[in-house]
Amino acid sequence: MRWRRLTGNRLSFAALCGILVVVAAALLAPWVAPHDPDETDAEATLSSVSLRHPLGTDIYGRDQLSRLIHAARVDLLVALSATAIALTLGSTLGALAGYRGGWVDHLLMRAVDAVMAFPAFILAMGITAALGNSTANVVAAIAITHVPIYTRLIRGEMLRVREMEYAEAARTVGNRPRQVILVHLFPNCVPPLIVQATLAMGFAVLTVAALSFIGLGIQPPQSEWGQMTAEGAGYVVSGEWWLVLFPGLAIMATVLAFNLLGDTLRDVLDPRMRGVR
Amino acid sequence: MTELLEVRDLTVHFVTDAGVVEAVDAVSFGVRAGEILGVVGESGSGKSVTALAVLRLVGPPGRIVGGAVRFEGADLLALSEEQMRAVRGARISMVFQSPRTALNPVLTVGRQISRLFELHQGTSGREAWRRTLEMLTLVGIAEPERRARQYAHQLSGGMCQRVMIAMALATSPRLLLADEPTTGLDVSIAAQVLDLLRDLGRRTGAAIVLITHDLGVVAEVCDRVTVMHAGQLVEVADVRTLFTRPLHPYTQALVRSIPRIDRDVAMEPIPGAVPSLLMPEPGCRYADRCPRVLDVCRRERPVLLGAGPEHEVACHAVELEGAVAVR
Amino acid sequence: MGFGGYLLRRVLLVVPTLAGVTVISFALTYLLPGNPALVKAGALATPDVVRDIERQMGLDRPVHVQYWRYVSGLLRGDLGESSSTGRPVLVDFRQRVPATLELTLASLFVAVAIGVPLGVLSAVHRDSLLDHVSRLLGVGGVAMPSFWTGLLLLYVFFYLLGVAPPPLGRLAADVSPPTRLTGLYVIDAALTANGAALVSALHHLMLPALTLGFAVMAPLTRMVRATMLEILESDYVKAAWAAGLPRRRVVYGDALRNALIPVITVLGVIFGFLMAGNVVVEMVYAWPGLGHYAVTALVTKDPGPIQSFVLFVAVMYVFVNLAVDLLYGLADPRIRFR
Repeated sequence: MRWRRLTGNRLSFAALCGILVVVAAALLAPWVAPHDPDETDAEATLSSVSLRHPLGTDIYGRDQLSRLIHAARVDLLVALSATAIALTLGSTLGALAGYRGGWVDHLLMRAVDAVMAFPAFILAMGITAALGNSTANVVAAIAITHVPIYTRLIRGEMLRVREMEYAEAARTVGNRPRQVILVHLFPNCVPPLIVQATLAMGFAVLTVAALSFIGLGIQPPQSEWGQMTAEGAGYVVSGEWWLVLFPGLAIMATVLAFNLLGDTLRDVLDPRMRGVR
Repeated sequence: MTELLEVRDLTVHFVTDAGVVEAVDAVSFGVRAGEILGVVGESGSGKSVTALAVLRLVGPPGRIVGGAVRFEGADLLALSEEQMRAVRGARISMVFQSPRTALNPVLTVGRQISRLFELHQGTSGREAWRRTLEMLTLVGIAEPERRARQYAHQLSGGMCQRVMIAMALATSPRLLLADEPTTGLDVSIAAQVLDLLRDLGRRTGAAIVLITHDLGVVAEVCDRVTVMHAGQLVEVADVRTLFTRPLHPYTQALVRSIPRIDRDVAMEPIPGAVPSLLMPEPGCRYADRCPRVLDVCRRERPVLLGAGPEHEVACHAVELEGAVAVR
Repeated sequence: MGFGGYLLRRVLLVVPTLAGVTVISFALTYLLPGNPALVKAGALATPDVVRDIERQMGLDRPVHVQYWRYVSGLLRGDLGESSSTGRPVLVDFRQRVPATLELTLASLFVAVAIGVPLGVLSAVHRDSLLDHVSRLLGVGGVAMPSFWTGLLLLYVFFYLLGVAPPPLGRLAADVSPPTRLTGLYVIDAALTANGAALVSALHHLMLPALTLGFAVMAPLTRMVRATMLEILESDYVKAAWAAGLPRRRVVYGDALRNALIPVITVLGVIFGFLMAGNVVVEMVYAWPGLGHYAVTALVTKDPGPIQSFVLFVAVMYVFVNLAVDLLYGLADPRIRFR
C-alpha cells in the first residue's frame, strides 16, 4: 500500500534505482568491469576519456572505470558493516539503558554524551589513527561514531513504552513480562531505525571516503573512491580532470541516493519524524 | 442610514492541489458606525476569512474572486497596496484570537504598540511611548510602565488580549474586527474583555465586528448579529430578534442547542457536519442538515430577503412561507 | 529558576562533558599501536633501557594512574612531543592555529553570508525557481564530499580560468607575511596597511573558504528556510500586517529577527562540520593549519599530533556549544526573562 508512494515519486524511484545499480556493480564487479583493475596499460598512461577506457586511466595506465566498479565493493561493504554493527550495538545499549534505568542508564548516557562531544569525523580520525590503517578499523571507527544515534533512539522508544505499560499495569494487577514490552517496542522502533540506517549509510560512505582521502583507513592496493580521488588530486593542477571527477561523482551519486531514499522512507513510514537528524 | 462598512457579494476562493475551496460565497452585510455587529457560525463557516478579506489579508492560495467592500465610501478592493496599508491599523484594526501567539515574542509589548504610533501618526519615540502608556492604562493594565517593558510570555492571557486591544485601538480606528477575542480565556477574564470592548467602542465611537462561535458572547454585547454557515450568510437580525424569533433553520438549531439551566430541555445538537467547501454543491449549503429542505434548495442559492425591520434571511422554505417580502 | 540558573546549569554541564572527552582521548592514546617508550628510546636501545624509559613515562602503572598523569599533563599544557618536528606539540599547535582559525572564520563568513539570505529568500518566495534551486543545492551539497568540491574548484578556477592561485599555502611565494599581530594574515595585513600581503592573502583564502563554506552551508540554509516559513505563517506576522506595517518591514524585520534566534542553535553543529571539513580542505590546498599538521604527522609515523588534534577539536567543540547556548539564552527573551 505505501510502497506505491515509494516508487510513485520519481525522485525516490531514481534514488532506489541508483542504489540498486551501485549494489549490482559492487556484487558483479569482476564480471562487469571491462578490465582488470590492477592491470597496467603502458601505452595509455594518464589518458583521458576514450572508448577503450571510458573513464580514462591513471599514471600507471590502470583503467579507471574498472577501478571505480571494484572500489564500489569496498565503499559499500564498509558502509554496510559499519551501519549494521552500529545499529545492533546501539539498539542493544539503548534498550538496556531504557529498560534497566538507574545507574546503568546513567552510565550509558554519559558514555553516549562523551562520544557525541566529538565531531563524528574527527573521532573517526582519532580511532582509525589509534587502531591502525585497515578496513576493519575503519569499520569499527565509523560504527563507534554512529552508535549514539541508535542508542538514543531506542532508549527514547523504550522509555515511552514503559510509561504506557506501567499505566496499563496499574489498572490490571500483575506484572508484565519482559517479552510483552519487547513485543510492543519493536513495531514502533523499526520505522525510525530503517530511516536512520538509510541516512547513516550516506554518512558512512562520505566518512570512509574522506578518511581514505587523507590517508587513513583503506590502503592501496585496495581501491576506494576517496583514495582514488587522492591519487588524482595531484593531477588536477595540470589538467587531468578525469581522475578526480569520476570517483567523486560516484561518491556523490551514492550518498545522494541514500539520502533521498532515507527522506522518502521518513515521509512514508513516519511523517511525524520530520526534523529529526 | 449610511453604513460605515458595506460588504456586497464577497467571494473568496482557495486554490489547493485537491481543487478549489470556496471559503466565502457571496456574503453581503453592513456595519453601522458605533454599533457592535456579531458574526456567528461554527468553525469553518468562513467568518475569519471574511474579516481577513475586508483587510485584504487573504494570502495565497486564497484569493478574493468577487464582490465589493465599501468602507467610508471607498471600495477597498480597488485600492493600491500602498493605500490599503494606510487603512490597516489606522482606519480598520483587527484583534486576533489566542492573544499570546498574536504578539511578537521578541519585542516588548510596549514597543509593539509604540511603533504603530510612529508608523501611522508620525510621532516621535518619546511621544509614542507616552501614548502607549496611556493606551495601556485605558485598557485596564495596572503598572503600565513596568508592563510595557515586558514580553508577551510574561503576561497572562487576559493581559495579552488587553494589549492586543490596545494595539488595535491605538490609532483610533473607525472599525475594529475582533476575531474570537475571548476564545481560550477564562470565563471571568472573557467577561472583562467583552466589557472593555463594549466600553471602548462606545467611548471612541468605533464600530466593532465581533466574530465568535459563542452565542453567549453575542447575547452579551452585540447590537445586531449575522449568522454564517459554510461560507454563506444565512440570517441578519438585531440581537433580540435573533434569539426570540430566529427564522432560518440553522439559526433556530443554533439557538435551540444552547444549554439552559432555567428550563428542563433536552440538549439538541445540530445533526450532520459542516459540508466540505471543496468544490461544493450548488444551492444552499445547509440543505443536507436542514429539516425543511426542499428541491429548490439544492439547485438555487437562496438570496437574502427582508423579513421584518432589521431582519433578513436567506432561505427558500421561509420565503415560500410568505413571511418575507422582496427587499 | 531564572536566567542565572539556566546559565549556571549550562556552564556546570561542561565539566562532566570535558571529563568524558578526556577519557575517550586517553583511551585513544592508550590504544596507540606500538610502544611509545620504544619510539622514544630509538630502534637500537636495549630492552633494559626501554624498560627504564617505560618506568619513567609511567607506562608500567595501572590504567587509572596513567589516566591521571595524562589529565594532569594536559592541564599543564603537555601535549607530548612531535617526533617529526622535534618540538612539543603545543608549540607546533600555537604556530598553526592562526591558519586554521583564519580558514574557519572565512568559511563561516561564506556560509552565513550566502546561506542565510538564500534561506530567507527561499522562504519568502516559496516554490519559486530560486527556492527550487536552493533546495537542490542543499540536497546535492550535502552529498558532495568537500575534497571533491575543492578539487573541482581548483580545476575550474586555477587550471581553466587562471583566477585562483596554485594550492601552495596562504600567500604567493614572493610575498612575505605581514607583521604578526593576530596571526590572521588578512587582519594583520589590513591593520598594518600592507596592500600586497592583503591582496595575496585574500587571493589564497578565496577557494578554500568557498569550498569549506559551501560544505557546511546546507544545514544552515535549511534551518533558516524552515524557521522563516513557520514564522511567516504565524499569528503575530498576520497581526503585524493587519496593523498596517509594510510587508517588507514585517518580513525582513520582525519575521527575520524571530527566525534568526533558533538559527543560533544550529551554529554549534555547523562548527563541528567546519572542523571536520577543515582537515580535508587543508590537505587539498596545502593550507598550513592544524589539520594539515596532524595528518602529515601520521605519514611520518608520528602518532602524537593527531590525538592532540582530536582532543583539541573536541574541547573547542564543547566550548563553542556552550557559547552558542549562552548566546541563544541571551537572544531569546523567553529564556532571558523567565
